[in-house]
Amino acid sequence: MSDNRLSVFKTYKLYVGGKFPRSESGRVYEVTDSKGKWLANAPQSSRKDARDAVVAARKAFGGWSGATAYNRGQILYRIAEMLEGRKDQFVREVADAEGLSKSKAAAVVDAAIDRWVWYAGWTDKIGQVVGGANPVAGPFFNLSTPEPTGVVTVLAPQKSSFLGLVSVIAPVIATGNTAVVVASADSPLPALSLGEVLATSDLPGGVVNILSGKTAEIAAPLASHQDVNAIDLTGADATLAKELEIAAADNLKRVLGPQPVDEGGAFDWSADPGTHRLTAFLETKTVWHPTGALGASGSSY
Amino acid sequence: MASAFEYAPAPESRSVVDIAPSYGLFIDGEFTDAADGKVFKTVSPSSEEVLSEVAQAGAADVDRAVKAARKAFEKWSALPGSERAKYLFRIARIIQERSRELAVLETLDNGKPIKETRDADLPLVAAHFFYYAGWADKLDHAGYGANPRPLGVAGQIIPWNFPLLMLAWKIAPALATGNTVVLKPAETTPLSALFFADICRQAGLPKGVVNILTGYGDAGAALVEHEDVNKIAFTGSTAVGKAIARQIAGTNKKVTLELGGKGANIVFDDAPIDQAVEGIVTGIFFNQGQVCCAGSRLLVQESIQDELLDALKRRLSTLRLGDPLDKNTDIGAINSAEQLARITALVETGEAEGAERWSASCELPSSGYWFAPTLFTNVTQAHTIARDEIFGPVLSVLSFRTPDEAVAKANNSQYGLSAGIWTEKGSRILAVANKLRAGVVWANTFNKFDPTSPFGGYKESGFGREGGRHGLEAYLDVR
Repeated sequence: MSDNRLSVFKTYKLYVGGKFPRSESGRVYEVTDSKGKWLANAPQSSRKDARDAVVAARKAFGGWSGATAYNRGQILYRIAEMLEGRKDQFVREVADAEGLSKSKAAAVVDAAIDRWVWYAGWTDKIGQVVGGANPVAGPFFNLSTPEPTGVVTVLAPQKSSFLGLVSVIAPVIATGNTAVVVASADSPLPALSLGEVLATSDLPGGVVNILSGKTAEIAAPLASHQDVNAIDLTGADATLAKELEIAAADNLKRVLGPQPVDEGGAFDWSADPGTHRLTAFLETKTVWHPTGALGASGSSY
Repeated sequence: MASAFEYAPAPESRSVVDIAPSYGLFIDGEFTDAADGKVFKTVSPSSEEVLSEVAQAGAADVDRAVKAARKAFEKWSALPGSERAKYLFRIARIIQERSRELAVLETLDNGKPIKETRDADLPLVAAHFFYYAGWADKLDHAGYGANPRPLGVAGQIIPWNFPLLMLAWKIAPALATGNTVVLKPAETTPLSALFFADICRQAGLPKGVVNILTGYGDAGAALVEHEDVNKIAFTGSTAVGKAIARQIAGTNKKVTLELGGKGANIVFDDAPIDQAVEGIVTGIFFNQGQVCCAGSRLLVQESIQDELLDALKRRLSTLRLGDPLDKNTDIGAINSAEQLARITALVETGEAEGAERWSASCELPSSGYWFAPTLFTNVTQAHTIARDEIFGPVLSVLSFRTPDEAVAKANNSQYGLSAGIWTEKGSRILAVANKLRAGVVWANTFNKFDPTSPFGGYKESGFGREGGRHGLEAYLDVR
């Protein structure tokens, strides 16, 4: 390959409903690396893009929440497989986005791939861990099972543009929710590239929708949207988080955070994630049914 | 409907309960007047008789109670779980001992039939304390990691429909996990919480662990606002729940909300009709329909609609409305004049919007607040009475043809608290239960409760669960 060859730039696009649209607003903004060097123009999503993403996420919810947990687990694992093959690209993008050396960026990407594997294994276990039979004092069968909350808005962390991003998306969809993700405003490129991976991982279109742009501008209509069921405020600062939480009260969205993950960039995303991000977007359904009785003396066998 | 034999009156004796002419707030183990000396009266909704005069808490009292709870928290949370457990077991046992007295008291102050307070409320109250008592020294095994910590001071605001039961749902898990509480009962039903304060004293519960503030919404708002409260637990209307969610935005307060509902009770054409009728009656006329998880929308398969409604109307005509202390009474009084006005207004809206009203013909007592069991037919999904929570003995009947249509109509609600399914077909029960967006689904039964069974809603019915292992999370620092 000649050093003189002119490289082919990528047009970074949104990922909505399984397709790669530009922002309907026609706006883009400049994305630079940590030293200020221009990397690309990213779509600057509008309120309308946010609404379109909610429509796509809602449409995908029935199928995705109704898929078997085993099937969801295989698809999350497939995402890890696809990422493994495109590791070099993500190492480069993460190094640029976060100002990391190549070896540090590689460690981040490895951890992100492993995170998909971790959550792939959770899909068919979380129900057993948090659900179960309840020994009620009466002749009833009584079972509690977790179900996905619905459409979840996820404000991805601003600093950890890839491992943090994966760490907030994977638990949301592992349990059957669908997501509208607002990427890191300054470092959206790994997120937009992740869309390309998701599109080739058997993940149904609309399960994850990825928007780039100004966090506050996109998050406001999502926080007040009546067809969004929950919001993860990880990527919001304290002031924005409070505004969004107030708006979210209008239809009683489930709210996660704000959590101090972005303060000083000190949050360690490589730590064991535990289960709290899985359980934050689950509802418990309890079903009762009479058991009847087979006579006072017990079994007739 | 003519009956062969008239019922003779069978009233439960009032002599078992001794209501004092006045009560103070229960703060730091003592009964005390409100800082500004304000009081309000509580009346019996079945007779409008004034039962007692109680102190009306204001912001200063809230502050005093929170300080007492904060002070008590240090020692209470440091107690070995096994010791906290023993206090809660003591409370459960004293409630069992005093259950007749408390049942009569609750019926007097709330207006619900004695057969409900005696057979449902009080047994569940004692069971709830007994259940959570056992958790206090087993929290390491509850699935929230080793040594899960309490949150601190819990502010708890409860409604008037199950005064003592809602108190139990709030206080038992809070204390088991090591929190201390400031609880505000509803202004129309303050008495059983004050009697509970006395039970805390009998049990030797350390001062300040439980504080009871009788009062109005302003006291509740002050409690939510108080900066030294770590946890808010609220059961009540969706409108107030949203206001609380806005109020605590941007703070570190943990919140659980148990709010309104518009439960769909779905009856398929193969359902056992007589059992379904009983389930429909339990669903909407238990506690005069003043139940957040009431089955207030009946969805009946078109082919059996006429048969079912005939049977239902026949059954409703046999319900006995009247003196709540009478052991034969099925339908008691509406809790307050305000609630009666709300029910009346919504029923008038139902008629004005074109739904067809049928009410059981029964004589209403001349004093007190009463509403005859009522159902509406010709109801569409757009009608106010199919969408808004009435919180009264009023059933809206809609029909459907296919299971898909039943599910779509059941889920067409801002709420998602409860639902019912009546069918003989097991696979249909499971398929429909799976599709319903509701926190509690009763199949071939309705309105069953148990301390081991998590309760709470989807969507605008609130979030968090009360009861069972799940109910611990609301009071542990595990987010």
